[in-house]
Amino acid sequence: MLHTRTPRQALPALRAGVAVALTLTLALTLALTLTTAPAKAEVKVAVAGPFSGDLASLGEHFIRGAQIAVEDINAAGGVNGEQLVLLEGDDRCDPKEAVAVANRMVNEGVVFVAGHACSGSSIPASEVYWEEGILQITPASTAPQLTENGYDNVFRTCGRDDQQGSFAGNWLARWFGKKRIAIIHDKSSYGKGLADQTRAAYEKRVTGTVHLYESINAGEVDYSALVSRLKNEGVEAVYYGGYHTEMGLIIRQAAAQEYKPKFVSGDGQVTEELWSITGDSGEGLIFTFGPDPRKRKQAAALVERLRAEGFEPEGFTLYTYAAFQVWAEAARAAGSFDTEDVADAIRAGSFETIIGTLAYNNKGDRTDEDYTWYRWTDGSYNEVGKDYRP
Amino acid sequence: MSYREGSVVAYFLQQLVNGVTLGSVYGLIALGYTMVYGIIGMINFAHGEIYMIGAFVAVIGFTLFAGVPLVLALLLVLILATLVTGFYGWTLERVAYRPLRGSFRLAPLIAAIGMSIFLQNYVQLAQGARIKPVPPKIEGGLTLLVQEGFAARVSYLQICILLLTLLLMAALTWMIHGTSFGRQQRACEQDKVMAALLGVNVDRTISMTFVTGAILAAVAGVLVTLYYGVVDFFIGFLAGVKAFTAAVLGGIGSIPGAMVGGLLIGLIEAFWAGYFSTEWKDVAAFSILVIVLIFRPSGIFGRPEVEKV
Repeated sequence: MLHTRTPRQALPALRAGVAVALTLTLALTLALTLTTAPAKAEVKVAVAGPFSGDLASLGEHFIRGAQIAVEDINAAGGVNGEQLVLLEGDDRCDPKEAVAVANRMVNEGVVFVAGHACSGSSIPASEVYWEEGILQITPASTAPQLTENGYDNVFRTCGRDDQQGSFAGNWLARWFGKKRIAIIHDKSSYGKGLADQTRAAYEKRVTGTVHLYESINAGEVDYSALVSRLKNEGVEAVYYGGYHTEMGLIIRQAAAQEYKPKFVSGDGQVTEELWSITGDSGEGLIFTFGPDPRKRKQAAALVERLRAEGFEPEGFTLYTYAAFQVWAEAARAAGSFDTEDVADAIRAGSFETIIGTLAYNNKGDRTDEDYTWYRWTDGSYNEVGKDYRP
Repeated sequence: MSYREGSVVAYFLQQLVNGVTLGSVYGLIALGYTMVYGIIGMINFAHGEIYMIGAFVAVIGFTLFAGVPLVLALLLVLILATLVTGFYGWTLERVAYRPLRGSFRLAPLIAAIGMSIFLQNYVQLAQGARIKPVPPKIEGGLTLLVQEGFAARVSYLQICILLLTLLLMAALTWMIHGTSFGRQQRACEQDKVMAALLGVNVDRTISMTFVTGAILAAVAGVLVTLYYGVVDFFIGFLAGVKAFTAAVLGGIGSIPGAMVGGLLIGLIEAFWAGYFSTEWKDVAAFSILVIVLIFRPSGIFGRPEVEKV
């Protein structure tokens, strides 16, 4: 049915108003993601991660770590006589956004990217960096696939999920080998990868199967049906591969049903935001992560400085700082910013960083990585060691 | 399949509680879609965002009234959320839909999608893109039934959600059938021109319908903030899609239909996740929607002669 009435006169003005408002909103969103325009005799580096969205609290580790690293490197005279300019790329942990961010970094002429955070972002972005010859060091993406693609410009300062998963799987086999466990993941590259590795290690060790292997939809809020099922089937340990928002919701809804299994997870839980979702029901959650770099003597000064600024350098903050250290050291050793030269220097050398001495194999993985347990208690998480007993 | 042993009855009861809680929230949001459709025949796609704003006001409210005793804080937050969100609903209609009422059919629909994007971005810029967690405020609950070691639980918050939903449904039914505003609404729904000739203020009636829908969404926003404790600028989208589905399933334009549709979607999700697989619960819910629409194209309660508002 057609209406032929002429629109009111106010309409064009209103339309224009809405259009202007929408354009402004879009422009603002874009403007926020790119910071200062660089001058000459400077070299551009970037940090990429989820600076908005439900993983923004992890992204903050990246930004703060990168900012302070660039500040320190510049204060010490820069790299090869040039000052660094830091760009920030927000990928919201969305693979499509990650590629867009990577392309923007290419257009900006960035030589080094510390990022991304989520494996699901790092992997597609690494293809762009590979094609365009940009060096990538991720402080957090643990999916094995990232360094298995044969790209020689990709490195990480964190470990790999086959190490992390087998550590968790073996531990579960030891303490829950004769009990029912469930493995849940969020379908992301990171979550599913980690869950699969954990399951493989567990089933190899106990020569049995996990009781329940399930996936959830990240971004939803109601997991109570799943929780009831775990409770009814008498599952005593729940391993979750994924990030803290969903883990927090699952724990909270389990507590509401008075179901208290042992919750076990990976390094997606290294943010204090978890506790603001779970409240006291988060007590006892354990997760795997590298030994706490904040406790290192060499890191004390930096940790103090960040704390004085009101920021707790938890999780990936120091891993991001270390990524910049590795790159800067290697660029100095190579005497250039050429990606191939720097990559060769990284593989050849060993680097004294804030998180320890790092050396790399040909794939771009750390040669030494080891995992340990952390336990949530009373609003914070603490290292409890590899031999933690449930 | 992999469901073995454990209790049967208590477990069923637990999933029923889970599903009804989830369904109540869907139902409250679905009412907003259905009321607006009933009166002006358009889908207000920005309604999910109105719910999101309700949830944000709740987060802000709980921060503001942190020192106030819980029951009072809850009451104040509810009042604040309904006022602010109701105002957003009114403005939405006034700015984006009323100028387009005489225009071609797709215009208000596009305006609704535009407003939805606008509100999302606006909240993202004004409140930041991070999630806003709210720690559990009301804890504890009742054990309904213990069977073979499995205790079916209903938390006080779930009871709260159910009671409030029932109360609002009763109030809404009374409003439509027992007040002069309800009479005007029904008149506008049948024939706006005739209603205007008989002295009904059509513009005001439509405005108030948007406000009513927004108030219900605000209550859903407050409840979700309390129950789940995680709010961000994007929650309106998924909730909006589910609630819209619920409204269509129940028969869009029908008030009891929206509630029944919401409950059905909630129950299907809970039971599918509980007995089959969490992975496929959305597929199940939407498949049932398609099947129902094949046999009853206007939804469960959507008979042409049924009274629509």
